[in-house]
Amino acid sequence: MELALEKWSGSVAEVSVGATKDEGGTRAKSIKIGGHKTLPLLFKESAIPNRPVVAFEVWDIAPTEWPEELIKSYGDKLKDPVAWADFCVKEYKAQVLCIKLQGSHPDFGNKTPDEEAKLIGKILKRVDVPLVILGSGDDSKDNLVLPAASEAAKGERALVGDAVQDNYKTLVAAVLADGHNIIAESPIDINIAKQLNILISDMGLSLERIVINPTIGALGYGLEYAYSIMERARLAALSGDKTVANPFVCFVGHEAWRAKEAKAKIAEFPSWGPEPERGIIWEVITAAALIQSGGDLLIMRHPKAVEKVNKYIDELFRDASQVSYKVSP
Amino acid sequence: MALSGLDIYKLLPKTNCRECGFPTCLAFAMQLAKKAISIDKCPYLSQEAKKVLEASSQPPIKLVTVGVGDSRLEFGNETVMFRHEEKFFHPCGIGFIIEDNLSDSEISRKLERINKLKFERVGQKIEVNLVAVRQTNDGQRFVDAVQLVSSGTSLGLVLMSDEPEALKSALEITRTKRPLIYHATKNNLAAVAQVAKEFNLPLVVSGPDLDTLSNLTKELNSLGVAELVLETEKKNVADKIWDLTQIRRQALRKSNRALGYPVLVLVENSDPYEEAVEAATFIAKYASMLLMKGTESWQVLSLLTLRQNIYTDPQKPLQMEAKLYAIGQVTDKSPVLVTTNFSLSYYTVLGEVEASKIPAYIVSVDTEGMSVLTAWAAEKFTPDKITENLEKCEVAKAVSHKRLIIPGYVAVMSGDLEEKSGWQVTVGPKEAAGIPSFLKNLQ
Repeated sequence: MELALEKWSGSVAEVSVGATKDEGGTRAKSIKIGGHKTLPLLFKESAIPNRPVVAFEVWDIAPTEWPEELIKSYGDKLKDPVAWADFCVKEYKAQVLCIKLQGSHPDFGNKTPDEEAKLIGKILKRVDVPLVILGSGDDSKDNLVLPAASEAAKGERALVGDAVQDNYKTLVAAVLADGHNIIAESPIDINIAKQLNILISDMGLSLERIVINPTIGALGYGLEYAYSIMERARLAALSGDKTVANPFVCFVGHEAWRAKEAKAKIAEFPSWGPEPERGIIWEVITAAALIQSGGDLLIMRHPKAVEKVNKYIDELFRDASQVSYKVSP
Repeated sequence: MALSGLDIYKLLPKTNCRECGFPTCLAFAMQLAKKAISIDKCPYLSQEAKKVLEASSQPPIKLVTVGVGDSRLEFGNETVMFRHEEKFFHPCGIGFIIEDNLSDSEISRKLERINKLKFERVGQKIEVNLVAVRQTNDGQRFVDAVQLVSSGTSLGLVLMSDEPEALKSALEITRTKRPLIYHATKNNLAAVAQVAKEFNLPLVVSGPDLDTLSNLTKELNSLGVAELVLETEKKNVADKIWDLTQIRRQALRKSNRALGYPVLVLVENSDPYEEAVEAATFIAKYASMLLMKGTESWQVLSLLTLRQNIYTDPQKPLQMEAKLYAIGQVTDKSPVLVTTNFSLSYYTVLGEVEASKIPAYIVSVDTEGMSVLTAWAAEKFTPDKITENLEKCEVAKAVSHKRLIIPGYVAVMSGDLEEKSGWQVTVGPKEAAGIPSFLKNLQ
């Protein structure tokens, strides 16, 4: 039987996050995401050089609205971002950390750019994994905080975000100056994703330094929209459209733990089963589904969910190195 | 595989005799391609051309049914590789394997659990579909277990045995329920085919790889068994994804009839998380049915939810009737909340209003099924639209006050909305989760 194979002309850009000593930084290792020459997990069709990677989310302030199940997993560490970061790396073997500077938001403590820059410096000193650095989502404040944080991580080739269509210039300039990568966020819209990538690359940041945040929904909460947008973008990328040929970052933990199914007490919905498992599985299945549609970097929260997703990724890539391509790689 | 007008034209006599009622063969071909007319209208069609045209009107993936009446399930007949291209039509059937070495009371308990695995999400019932009984020892125990399961559930049945005789005895007592037979393999093909044919029931055919599998389906076809379900043997997850993708591509892209059938996947992992995550993979990637062992409600709820997501029509988001909904024992003083008619928005708000235990009205505005922010951006959730809906739903008749609560994300429209509607606007929380405390503070 003749196999039904696709001969793709394009490929996804390969983005490196984290810089080692040789690369001008201080990270023990750097990670690569993207680089695919076919659809997710079709190892026998063409090259899939890099695995999806899971990053732990760490905040600069103790999150007040996280459900109990998450808070329990970190305990007192939540009060000290440096200890929290260290705990994720030492205890849970985090490969990447995603530092969210939520406390810089005017409504959540209004930390100064200088405070946040110092924090990034301390975290970089304490842990040696690559970093994702996020603002608080307040555009005008982010434009002050992120350049400071970016500078504090100069040369470490972090992934900094998010750039959005009407607020990207300041961030792009900072990322360019300090040698980082950028997250370009588009609201489940492939055209905006393209547009933003073009705007960013027009400023001189190459497409190989952009990661797309397609803004996902959790399982049961609009997951299918991002799922299909990611599939469409990936098909376009493999067909040669370089303007959407970027890896995807998915904020799995943020979305999954907002779902009622993840948070509700068993007393409220006895037929749903116990809540630690329910929350964890909600985060795990959200991640697993998005890996199917092309998720490359998954930002997650619950240590057990991360463990299960990492094990799943291991299983998916178990024999990947022995694959011989049916079409040329 | 559907043929284009030009493909069909090549098969026609090209004489332009007009006997079909069209001025040219090409015009007739175009109508055929649109399925607007029958090929019988052409009296000069060659036998060979007729065969090709008839085959092309068959769906590329055969529709297979299991169960009867209210429990009837349909599988297959999919038309696309990616849901955005059209939609996935027949949701993956989710079921559980019960082994016959369990005691009768263990079987009954397990069955009771399985029967209860139904939930409601965004106004839809989501539930499991199948129960499989697997033979582990002698034929008589298998038949007894099948009897027990069959009498204890209305779900679709799958009978799993390698022994044609045991299958036959089990089918004697369940045939009217139209169970799925599992399975024909290289080793038992003729005998099991005979059973499937005798009872006229759908049959799973299993093989290690796609080549073997397509040879087996051809053989089964020639033995007169046409309703088939494919299964490739147990292998690692990535290889299974490859098989499932190839099978779907073969059917849709290569018109390979030998693989144009629904596909069954067995997932058996003693770790409930790992089992669920594997199952989720195959729900996303082309499994027509899935049999697993674990029956934890949190596992199953997550999988049924994923199936609901993946099989939602991308062109038609789930939407509600746009109207005024009364939640709880409302009075003319009850608060009025505005949201969109996107089911997810409505049901999320509904859930929180119910949780608050404060009776309230919800106006679901016709936004063509768009969520709050999307609809606002697309100008489907504007002061004008909301005002129009308030009037259409006669909200002013239901309550004696003129206070309206709008989602926090569209706070910017408050002033405009007050002006247009004449209602006093209060900005509610951004996230529905904030509704209970918001409503309590309102009192």
